[in-house]
Amino acid sequence: MVRFSVVNTRTVSEKTKPLYDSSKRVSPAIAELKEIGNYRHLLAQLIRRDILTRYKRSFLGVAWTMLNPLGTMLVMTIVFSNIFRASMPGVPFPVYILSGLVVWNFFSQGTTASMSGLVWGGNLLQRIFVPRTIFAVSAVGTALVNTVIALVPLIIVMLITQATFSWALLFLPIAIILVAFFTLGFGLLISSLAAFFPDVMEMYQIVLTAWMYLTPIIYPESIIPKHLFNVYRLNPMYWLVKIFRAPIVDQSLPALSDFGIAAAISIIMLVIGWLVFTSKSDEYAYRI
Amino acid sequence: MPTESKPAIILENVSVRYRLPSERIGTLKEYAIRLLQRRLKHREFWAIKDLDLNIQQGEVFGIVGDNGAGKSTLLKVISKVLRPTTGRVRIYGKIAPLLELGAGFHPELSGRENVFLNGALLGYSHDEMNQVFDEIVEFSELAEFIDAPIRTYSSGMYARLGFAVATAHQPEILIVDEILSVGDEAFQRKCTDRIAGFRENGATVLMVSHNLDLIAGMCNRAAWLDHGKLIHMGNAEEVVAKYREGAH
Repeated sequence: MVRFSVVNTRTVSEKTKPLYDSSKRVSPAIAELKEIGNYRHLLAQLIRRDILTRYKRSFLGVAWTMLNPLGTMLVMTIVFSNIFRASMPGVPFPVYILSGLVVWNFFSQGTTASMSGLVWGGNLLQRIFVPRTIFAVSAVGTALVNTVIALVPLIIVMLITQATFSWALLFLPIAIILVAFFTLGFGLLISSLAAFFPDVMEMYQIVLTAWMYLTPIIYPESIIPKHLFNVYRLNPMYWLVKIFRAPIVDQSLPALSDFGIAAAISIIMLVIGWLVFTSKSDEYAYRI
Repeated sequence: MPTESKPAIILENVSVRYRLPSERIGTLKEYAIRLLQRRLKHREFWAIKDLDLNIQQGEVFGIVGDNGAGKSTLLKVISKVLRPTTGRVRIYGKIAPLLELGAGFHPELSGRENVFLNGALLGYSHDEMNQVFDEIVEFSELAEFIDAPIRTYSSGMYARLGFAVATAHQPEILIVDEILSVGDEAFQRKCTDRIAGFRENGATVLMVSHNLDLIAGMCNRAAWLDHGKLIHMGNAEEVVAKYREGAH
């Protein structure tokens, strides 16, 4: 009897507390973090879906992720190696280009997919509840998986060109995580803009092309004119490419100051992107 | 009916306001120009105004009203999709939305893969979907096609799979938005039987439909909404009769 009544009061007290109360709310940024945790299964499913659908209809399958940067690298090497070789003594040009492309592709793929994911998901967001950030988080997750796959051809090219493998390469996962932070933060920021103005998606493709040529990816840093160098230092991707390349090209850890700047930029961008996106996220269901 | 009534959905003084730009501005460029010229005008529109609603656990509650009455907005507020502009919404229990079947299906993936993706969109883990997978295939009558890409499915197959996934688990609160008009008659019967089964097991069901006979037949209570305001609430057959008189 006693036990029965105890069980009963517990279920009653559980039921008197609502699962959802629109008037009770912690900060949207924190609430969103919790929801992403609750919906981790969806996150895994979305990443799985994006990777599966990308390869399902192509004969080459996963190999395509590796061949794509490899092809770009080959073209760039043929076109530019004679022009730039003199300014880069001792560094195999294909390794230099490919390492830059790996970082750049991560960023451009991740941010573009964040936007298109939200536009696709907008249809869903008006019908059922899912955490609004989940499309950007899964887009960056997918780009991360693709980046790890793209490291395979990089290693192969390093072997072929007889590049030195140093212990500093163990730093690469940290560099990749910082790129992921920056990509997610920036992806969220432009997604909140794209949610209101679809033309942002097209404009962004132009921005991306210009941005890539303003980052030393296919050309050596040494050709940047002295008086423009301070402008280059304002480019976040300059620092991220730099710390990723140091272990591969220079066989050493990045300078502590470079690492500090890259880490600060990435974390600040992530926090800003998350705060801006979640502060606007109640409006998406009204607008998209 | 439960002997002791407990709340499932409580709305207090809930209003939802949409702010529509008086002219559609679709591009950032245009927006920037308008902003500089200070020519941004918004038209306000209350989709729901001062609505009070108290639905008890185990009830089957119907909502009727003309197009634009605020029925869909009401369902969105209850299923957390929209946050009310003013007022308070409290929900006691996990919500299973049955809004537009298969909204999250991906055409390139197989039926099997879509079951897990759609389940995850509704908040279920891979294991939870595995437990009910065979039952979903059986209910949707898609055993032969479950490994084919969903782009090869007919719209009826699509809807059958969507309904089977969304109702695979006994929900605490089920939201049904105009979906029972899909599929052939035999399948519609299967759907209504399943919802009736949920009701017997104590689930709360909230239904929107233009099919007034369905509302009168399945619901115990109903509300009539017009332009975001509650016109009448009470016994389902009574409300449907009043709505028929007033609107047609």
